[in-house]
Amino acid sequence: MILKMLDTVSRWAIPFLLLAIPVYGFLKRLPVYETFVEGAEEGFYTAVKIIPFLVGMLVAISVFRASGAMDYAIQAIMPLMQKLGAPAEVMPLALMRPLSGSGALGLATELIKIYGPDSLIGRMASVMQGTTDTTFFVLTVYFGSVGIKRYRYALLTGLSADITGLIASIYVCNLLFN
Amino acid sequence: MLNIIWLLLLVSGIIVAALNGNIEVVSQAALGAARDAVEVCFNLIGIMALWLGIMKIAEKGGLIQLLAYLLNPLLKRLFPSVPAGHPAMGAIVLNLSANMLGLGNAATPFGMKAMQEMQRLNGGSDQASAAMCTFLALNTSCITLVPATIIGIRVSCGSVDPTEIVGACIFATCCASTVAISLDWLLRNLTRPERRKQ
Repeated sequence: MILKMLDTVSRWAIPFLLLAIPVYGFLKRLPVYETFVEGAEEGFYTAVKIIPFLVGMLVAISVFRASGAMDYAIQAIMPLMQKLGAPAEVMPLALMRPLSGSGALGLATELIKIYGPDSLIGRMASVMQGTTDTTFFVLTVYFGSVGIKRYRYALLTGLSADITGLIASIYVCNLLFN
Repeated sequence: MLNIIWLLLLVSGIIVAALNGNIEVVSQAALGAARDAVEVCFNLIGIMALWLGIMKIAEKGGLIQLLAYLLNPLLKRLFPSVPAGHPAMGAIVLNLSANMLGLGNAATPFGMKAMQEMQRLNGGSDQASAAMCTFLALNTSCITLVPATIIGIRVSCGSVDPTEIVGACIFATCCASTVAISLDWLLRNLTRPERRKQ
């Protein structure tokens, strides 16, 4: 019930905003189209500003993945994660999640396809994918768009949240579905 | 910290590739990723332009400020350094709401707008402000009420109950958010911004 409602809300959200905001602006006697264009102009510069940050981050992550270094990292954390009750199959996804959004989505889809969406592995992969965000990508893009190079403790907080989300996903899936 | 992690990713990758005797993988991966990064940014341009345009109307009409004002009692606790009713607050609310609804495309431009407003308060420094760190802690650990993508994949793989994972997702995200917000609060009070390096 609640889910159906939420689904409807998220389906209507974009059309609603596209309708409500310009109509509101018009009622406030704003030159709506001109104002829109004025704001839209910033879109290009903001997107271009992110490029150097994203190139730097994606290159490092890609080299780490493609070289096989990531597989060694997975092997290294494997015993710890198995103690927490995670099947070995979901390990790569766990490590990929904060690094690469598209990479994680690919791995999750594969796990769900191979083991079935209603298996423990499939469910755990779904929960992991639905829980945390791609911290590295978000930080790179958001900080990059305003030229912030020194992140202070933001990465530490983001990664701690990711690890917590991961452990919580494993725990709750074992509890509910195993 | 980021400098070390970035270097570690690169160096460990290259060393492993060299030891495994497939060093050519490194150049392929690096050049490919550099091209992909630009593609990601270019794909962002249109979406960014659309939402930043709509945002401008909302901002000039006073809607963003109104939103910020209404949610001020909650926001002032999370972002003590941002003045009440500041447009940054309005953009933060829009970003987090879009994230919760799983509207990733709209969330990013709202988030950039929030970052721009906070950067104005930060005096154009190249170092993150406390408010930015809190915002990103909330953003990366934010609850997605409708994880639409993963539900879609479950449906296409023939799940008996594609949405059964939502409760588990919300539980796990709540744990993550709690840790993120507490750790952010702790670090904000324990650390000081570095002096500008010459």
